[in-house]
Amino acid sequence: MIRDASAVVWKEAHELMAGAGRGKYTPFILVAIYGVFIPLQAGKKWVDSYETIFLGLIISVFMVLSIVADTFAGERERHTLETLLASRLSDRSILVGKMATVVIYAWGLTLASLIIGLFAVNLSAGGGTFLMYPASRAIAVVVMSLLMAILASGVGVLVSLRASTVRQAQQQLTIGWVAITFALAFGFKGLSPQSRTHLLHWFNSLSLVRLTVGVVVILILLDLFVLVVDAFEFQRARLILD
Amino acid sequence: MSCIAIQTSGLSRSFGAVHAVDDVSLQVPTGTIFGFLGPNGSGKTTTIRLLLGLLEPDRGSATVLGFDTRKDADSIRQRTGALLEHAGLYERLSAEDNLEFYARVWQMPASTRQERVKELLTHLGLWERRSEQVGTWSRGMKQKLAVARTMLHRPDLIFLDEPTAGLDPVASAALRQDLTSLADKEGVTVFLTTHNLPEAEAVCDQVGVIRQGRLLAVDTPSGLRDHAGGRKVEVAGSGFNPEVLSELRQRPEVADAAAQNGNLIISLQGDEPVAPLVRLLVESGCEIEEVRKGAASLEAAFLALMEREA
Repeated sequence: MIRDASAVVWKEAHELMAGAGRGKYTPFILVAIYGVFIPLQAGKKWVDSYETIFLGLIISVFMVLSIVADTFAGERERHTLETLLASRLSDRSILVGKMATVVIYAWGLTLASLIIGLFAVNLSAGGGTFLMYPASRAIAVVVMSLLMAILASGVGVLVSLRASTVRQAQQQLTIGWVAITFALAFGFKGLSPQSRTHLLHWFNSLSLVRLTVGVVVILILLDLFVLVVDAFEFQRARLILD
Repeated sequence: MSCIAIQTSGLSRSFGAVHAVDDVSLQVPTGTIFGFLGPNGSGKTTTIRLLLGLLEPDRGSATVLGFDTRKDADSIRQRTGALLEHAGLYERLSAEDNLEFYARVWQMPASTRQERVKELLTHLGLWERRSEQVGTWSRGMKQKLAVARTMLHRPDLIFLDEPTAGLDPVASAALRQDLTSLADKEGVTVFLTTHNLPEAEAVCDQVGVIRQGRLLAVDTPSGLRDHAGGRKVEVAGSGFNPEVLSELRQRPEVADAAAQNGNLIISLQGDEPVAPLVRLLVESGCEIEEVRKGAASLEAAFLALMEREA
């Protein structure tokens, strides 16, 4: 299966590199924003703040959202899906190949943004000493951004499987993402001041290690759930009829 | 290898109230070209999808290359190549990359796949343009590339849905030649759907006619022509008045006689000679310039079947 999935990755990567119109420049724009602009704004505190970890997760999701809609909806829209399904590739190798491309792309660009951000901060605010992410934070952001990319690509593939066009898939994913962001923000604001203080106090009392382990466990469980649903939903006959 | 490449028995598939494929039973011998003819929406594409195991039948069964389409669809797709309703090419990729991808899918070794890609692209006159994005190509060039993709891994069976659509006459003739050669020399079975009846007549060993999901007839092209009315004689000249036509129709070897565009068309029954009819026409005062003998075309046979079942 690995050989088959890598054939799909090869094709997806070549299509990404061939690009279409302005889409070709999207990764450069995203890396410029997350890897240069935001770190320069943050200055020295970029390397040892919680926000860097949080931003790493956000970047990986944005990177996924920029391409995941195209995975199946794009094949359907360009009438290449049926030919792909008529090939010898198994359902699983197609699914794994498509998701692996999205995850490698998103996670790779997230890591690139963080590395470029480190250099940008050192150039602007290093003051002669080399600023570095603390090891615990570096590990946390590397692991969590990978798991977040897998989760986002799993959800994105589910949407892309059902959407008839790339645009429709993109709209559904954007609306979903905005809805989750607003729900979290307003949910927190909707809490009583006492509860908010309590929650923040509890949050601050957690060590980075405990927090990281907790988030990682939750993300792994969510990833597994979404991957199982993806595997169940990916059925040749249903895709042909759609 | 079995001598039957495709065998279906009562194969049926409905979408809601629409019977897309209805009780289709047929056999396609190995190493032959089978033409599947039918109007738009008659069930040709659904039949191919069923045979490839992309859809499951509601009733009936099918075996392709000895594999059951319900249980061993992966084995079928491993050994077949398919050009479906759409060319299915990645338009952002070059021609070479399109073939390279499918060569990787079929796990061809690196050295073989480069040779094979070059061989096919050169054969189809596309090698010089191999690095161009396929999206910039004409429909005919894309169709050629899609046909090349189906042959890439040297499958035992090829499904071709309207393969010559968009091809110029020279390219169509070359493809027909290729298909005949594949079947004759390499023993490849070709399952071809087409609206182009002269093409089916030229290349197919057997044809099946489908309408509204039902298989109306399966026969050789000449067998179908015979069903449609046998031999015809076209007489160019003048003086084909109603009395002459009436006299001709009374002859036992004549099925029908009619004037069309100033010429006389006589449909014959059996293998009786034409000379006595020509003598009769001359004796009746007709001026005869030319007599052409021929058979009903496959197109006439197809149309006759369609009318009969309408």
